[in-house]
Amino acid sequence: MNLDSLYQEIILDHYKRPHGAGLRDPFEAEVHHVNPTCGDEITLRVHLEAGTVSDVSYAAEGCSISQASASVLNDLVVGKPVTEALQVLDSFQALMQGKGQVEADEEVLEDGIAFAGVAQFPARVKCALLSWMAFKDATTRAVEESA
Amino acid sequence: MTITAAGVDYDVLKVREDFPILGRTVANGLPLVYLDSANTSQKPRQVVEAIERHYLEHNANVARAMHTLGAEATEAFEGGRTRIAEFIGAPSRDEVVFAKNASEALNLVARVLADAGRLGADREVVITEMEHHSNIVPWQLATERTGATLRWFGVTDDGRLDLDGIEQLITERTAVVSLTWVSNMLGTVNPLDVVIRRAHEVGALVVVDASQAVPQMPVDVASLGADFVVFTGHKMVGPTGIGVLWGRYDVLAELPPFLGGGEMIETVTMERSTFAPPPARFEAGTPPIAQSVGLGAAADYLDALGMENIAAHEHAITAYALGRLQEIDGLRVVGPQTAEERGGAVSFTLGDIHPHDVAQVLDSRGIAVRAGHHCAKPAHRRFGVQSTTRASFYLYTTEAEIDALVEGLVATQKYFGG
Repeated sequence: MNLDSLYQEIILDHYKRPHGAGLRDPFEAEVHHVNPTCGDEITLRVHLEAGTVSDVSYAAEGCSISQASASVLNDLVVGKPVTEALQVLDSFQALMQGKGQVEADEEVLEDGIAFAGVAQFPARVKCALLSWMAFKDATTRAVEESA
Repeated sequence: MTITAAGVDYDVLKVREDFPILGRTVANGLPLVYLDSANTSQKPRQVVEAIERHYLEHNANVARAMHTLGAEATEAFEGGRTRIAEFIGAPSRDEVVFAKNASEALNLVARVLADAGRLGADREVVITEMEHHSNIVPWQLATERTGATLRWFGVTDDGRLDLDGIEQLITERTAVVSLTWVSNMLGTVNPLDVVIRRAHEVGALVVVDASQAVPQMPVDVASLGADFVVFTGHKMVGPTGIGVLWGRYDVLAELPPFLGGGEMIETVTMERSTFAPPPARFEAGTPPIAQSVGLGAAADYLDALGMENIAAHEHAITAYALGRLQEIDGLRVVGPQTAEERGGAVSFTLGDIHPHDVAQVLDSRGIAVRAGHHCAKPAHRRFGVQSTTRASFYLYTTEAEIDALVEGLVATQKYFGG
């Protein structure tokens, strides 16, 4: 297995300079997710305004894959309507769980396509999905809150 | 090659010939460098063949089958028990209870001591901050259920058990002290004699988690003086699926059953049952038969090499590894820095590079280590780290493998620009 197919430049860039890191106000929902096998953790807040994701802020502790993934999440969902953000999430999740058989759509996933290589390392898929699952959870709660 | 305690040459390359898996390649043709033996050890041909022979030639259920194969299988299964009793210096084979692993054995002790009324609102259980989760969670469950209080020893900055205040910690209120012999994360070998002496002074029972001790040092439970000793088969070149609880017979005899089922009874009516004496009382259902055979073969294998020699090799390879690892800039060993009173598991951090990333780069070079919290989250928190990378050694580990690890770690730093 080629190491560089896992650690794409884009991933290492996001890891070293994460976008949108840190916890901010205001927010409607905050969640804390843990990967029990390795102990990676993320606290993530979602702020919605008129059906749009206006901020995703987070404090994460974990490996390069999980950190870079949170940074890409921030890039991809902030500013999008909730329904569209959740569609991006579905695409990302399908890519991660596709065992390398799913073609990534660059239009939808942008920098996220760099994670295609992660799908070939089963032990790391959970790292890549940690922040996305936290986002899904927080958004669901935030929507319920406003309903 | 290592010069052992007995002064003989311990030929590690010859030992490796017994382990076919150590000759295989991974990561596109690179030789496997297996440094994850504290997680599970590899198995020598002798153990695998003993299990195979059992299944192919003697397989039947035990104790209840009234035919030739049943008798052979029973003899083989009970033979494993006798062999293990001998291996750990147990005064009686009836003191050896088989469980499915060390976790189950620890849960068994915690559960039956609680059921026997040994834990209660005015009683305390003492553990340590360096325990594996399997020697923390069962006691949390047992104390929550009974209203007893859970207390623990701290750990010093250099990774040793903090014995200051032992007399205030272990008191007349203490019902049980349960602690590890050798830490799976820090590598620390604990001074059991001091803890056992104090515990017995106040009438408390002592449970020892010897999962990392029995594989790598000579163990004699009779002279140790603890009341229970727990370990697992798969870390001592034996199969998975079998763990051992040794207990003093007089203590075992007073305890109620753990799980109910076949073979643990004396007689059963629809209203109630009476129970078999130990060890059967604690072994409901079809036991790990082939695993007992394999574990007996593992004890034979270890004794043929000599536990003194294995311990000397472990010590020498650990000292070599600690020396080499500390040459790396930015590497911090978490736990004792020298090989004194230390087992062959070395956990470390490598600058800011996350252990998952370290393990991934090492894996691409054929090197297997463990990354994460190693089921010892409180011990990690004690040292202000979320996770570590752990290299662990065993009777087949060579200096060349340590050198490969060091090269791999330096390459990891380069890869992440660290």
